Amino acid sequence: MADMEAWRFFKQTLVLVAKGRPIYYLWCALLLFIMAVGLWFYTKQMEQGLIFTSMRNEVSWGLYIANFTYLVGVAAAAVLLVIPAYIYHFGPIKEIVVLGELFAASSIVMALLFVTVDLGRPERFWHLIPGIGILAFPNSLLAWDVIVLNGYFFLNVIVPVYILVNSYYEKEPNAKFIVPLILLSIPWAVGIHTVTAFLYNGLAARPFWNASILAPRFLASAFCSGPAIIIIIFQVIRKISQIKIANEALFKIAELIAYAMFLNLFLLGAEVFKEYYSNTIHLAPLEYLYQGLRGHHALVPWMWLSLAFNVTAFVLFLIPRTRKNIPTLNVGAFLIIIGVWIEKGPGFVAPGFIPDPLGEIYEYFPNFAELAISLGVWACGLLVFTLFMKVAIPIVRGDFIHSKHVKIGPRKKRAQLRDM
Amino acid sequence: MADKRFTRRDFLKIASVATLSGVGLSGISCKKADLEEFLQKHYLEMTDEEKKQTIKRLEEKYLKKYGKKFTISTQGAKPGTLWGYGLDLSRCIGCRRCVYGCVKENNPSRYNPQLHWIRVVRLPEGSLINLEKTEHYYNPPLVPEPGYVYMPVQCQHCENPPCVKVCPVRATWKEPDGLVVVDYNWCIGCRYCIAACPYKGRVFNWAEPNIPPEELNTAVHYLGNRPRYKNVVDKCTFCVQRVRQGRYPACVEACPTGTRKFGNLLDPNSEIRYLIDHKRVFRLKEDLNTEPKFYYFFGL
Amino acid sequence: MLFGACVLILFKITSVLQNKPMRRAALLSFFVILSVFCWSLDGRGKEEDFPVPRPPFSEGIFPCSSCHAGMEVNTKRRELKEEHTNIQLKHGSISRWCLDCHDAANRDMLRLVNGDRIDFSHSYELCGQCHGPTYRDWKVGVHGKRIGYFEGGPRTYFLCVNCHNPHDPKFKPIKPEPPPFKPLYRYNPAAGK
Repeated sequence: MADMEAWRFFKQTLVLVAKGRPIYYLWCALLLFIMAVGLWFYTKQMEQGLIFTSMRNEVSWGLYIANFTYLVGVAAAAVLLVIPAYIYHFGPIKEIVVLGELFAASSIVMALLFVTVDLGRPERFWHLIPGIGILAFPNSLLAWDVIVLNGYFFLNVIVPVYILVNSYYEKEPNAKFIVPLILLSIPWAVGIHTVTAFLYNGLAARPFWNASILAPRFLASAFCSGPAIIIIIFQVIRKISQIKIANEALFKIAELIAYAMFLNLFLLGAEVFKEYYSNTIHLAPLEYLYQGLRGHHALVPWMWLSLAFNVTAFVLFLIPRTRKNIPTLNVGAFLIIIGVWIEKGPGFVAPGFIPDPLGEIYEYFPNFAELAISLGVWACGLLVFTLFMKVAIPIVRGDFIHSKHVKIGPRKKRAQLRDM
Repeated sequence: MADKRFTRRDFLKIASVATLSGVGLSGISCKKADLEEFLQKHYLEMTDEEKKQTIKRLEEKYLKKYGKKFTISTQGAKPGTLWGYGLDLSRCIGCRRCVYGCVKENNPSRYNPQLHWIRVVRLPEGSLINLEKTEHYYNPPLVPEPGYVYMPVQCQHCENPPCVKVCPVRATWKEPDGLVVVDYNWCIGCRYCIAACPYKGRVFNWAEPNIPPEELNTAVHYLGNRPRYKNVVDKCTFCVQRVRQGRYPACVEACPTGTRKFGNLLDPNSEIRYLIDHKRVFRLKEDLNTEPKFYYFFGL
Repeated sequence: MLFGACVLILFKITSVLQNKPMRRAALLSFFVILSVFCWSLDGRGKEEDFPVPRPPFSEGIFPCSSCHAGMEVNTKRRELKEEHTNIQLKHGSISRWCLDCHDAANRDMLRLVNGDRIDFSHSYELCGQCHGPTYRDWKVGVHGKRIGYFEGGPRTYFLCVNCHNPHDPKFKPIKPEPPPFKPLYRYNPAAGK
């Protein structure tokens, strides 16, 4: 009986996903095209080896891991929606928290895909499965990351799917099952990004990363970028699907971003002071970023741009007049998305390797293959999110519910009433 | 209570992951030997019989690939040994004969990519170990150049290795005789160990190694200088194929000025113990507590 | 102590000999044996023997006595004009000259400071007279080029002169091997960023 219902539900979701407006088909086609291009480059990369990228021994992590770091932060930021929704029962957010969690799940899919494309031998991934392979837990932070990321992924799929399926069947979700999971996802979200920060933090070989400030900075910047993307995405969703997302929800998120951005800028200031004032040999990576080092200054304009973006966005979100005004809100959100990406990506991964432990400088710049594969992964994540939304939004809106789709005969209806 | 339904979304997730892993697997042909290699256990978990089978399979593979008969040793660590290295900074002239001596012995890739396990850096006189002032690509007509000091750096075989700590699959570990080694068939190529090494001791095979066939050294060790694969990590092994038989590593033999010394730290009569007792030895980046077994000293 | 024990034994033996002439003969033979023994000791401590390769003589130069056996020995310090003009002594040349190290009477041997003669295959003893710390290091195996086995097989030692020209020992600068490729260049070093 349950299987039949599951199958029916599944068939209905297939119908939902397959039918849509022309813009939906266009969007999916575009994403599939970008994914196909990325996949083609990826097969080339696997064939030739990672020499196909511009990563080398001096800079052994590049665009893929930069994106991975950024996306783990974005995924962790979903918790910024969960807390107001479930802890403070802030009405406007409560309606849309499910969508935010599905967004977190899509981000984790992207993050895991980025790690996969970065691996040299992805077919040996089974070496990571404890029991079959060897997972070096708790020594290796990557082992921790494997566990917490997959756990977060399942959490952020189970919770919204459970809630949505219950909405579909017009049943009340079982609080005893769902609330502990929701409460678990809050420290878990902080956990995933802290573990990712510790991954870098624990390396004494890289003094730029071996700073205590790293984990707090990661969280602060994550809580800026993730909600900023959510602000944009929710406005898109609101326009396309006429789902009700109150402006108050967006303004609240922007307010929280302002606090996080203040913390981010403060921590950046603290780092800059410590390195420049103490003026030890470890100033080199920061000097490379903001001034250029020994004739190498490729990243200098990017870093100053990122700083300008972040400060501007901070001001825009701080002042209520610009925060509560949709156009400036959107400008601020875009500035943050780009500014934090630069800060977390080239502004973080690259200077860990420049200068390298023996003082050499190799200015890493991603080549076209890496860009194509990265865009392919982003497209994949966006496609997953789109398909999630295609099913979730009708359920949230109340259009896609069981009773509207199934003709329930009198015997079944009596049975249902008996069960309820 | 409604249980989780298998939805279209789940299907898509699994499909995308499956596609990507399928793409990864498509690199492997479906022959039996390849399948055995894919399912190979971690070296430390193999029984002696399994090691023998693995060696046999690898020797056949190398014969087919390179046309030469390799002898792959699995000689274990001798009890009571802890290998240490000494390097006399007053005598190094920066000639790089050690680099190429190592290359001849250890079958690294020669081009696309070019992998050197030893890196000789040139430092200005007066600030010996300020590694921000290094020059890696010096190429004067004659060495040593006045006003400069030369320091070769390679894997320091730390007693407290940060690379071993961070490997998520334990593909690299410290052998009982102190050598830090890599199982090239277990490494997943995540390069976390390269990020963790403070001495740039590890390199990555960014592509299928290119070795001219006439330069192949066929006396190899499973954990050492056997030909590697693309997309795995490798590093100096103190010539594990030589030292476990009591022979000096290739770099020690190549050095024309007698800069390099080697021996068993646990043997009170060894050369390395004499050095530690009689010379002013130091190690690089000791503040990182990695406890390297590579001792630099000044003999003159 | 050995001498004292010999004397004691001698007196014990001779005390049993009642005959005076016999006693005199025993004492005399004892001293003869003792002096032969002391002469065989050569009067100096013996240095260890090391497994060194054959000395790297120039082609045809050894044995030196093939020319010098019939020559007159001239120990006056001078600059050589007729033979060995290719040897420029740049090794303590202010305080020493050829015959301070090469034995004047027997050119197939080397001469130590105390006058003793040693074979060319023991030339490390000669160098070790001045270069003490280096000699001590070399004996342990810590000085100079090392090849072969450090344990489990024959240890090889090089003579000092295998690496150092005894007349001009300072190493000349040599051409270095090529630098590594720059990171982005896969097939050749290529100057670049």
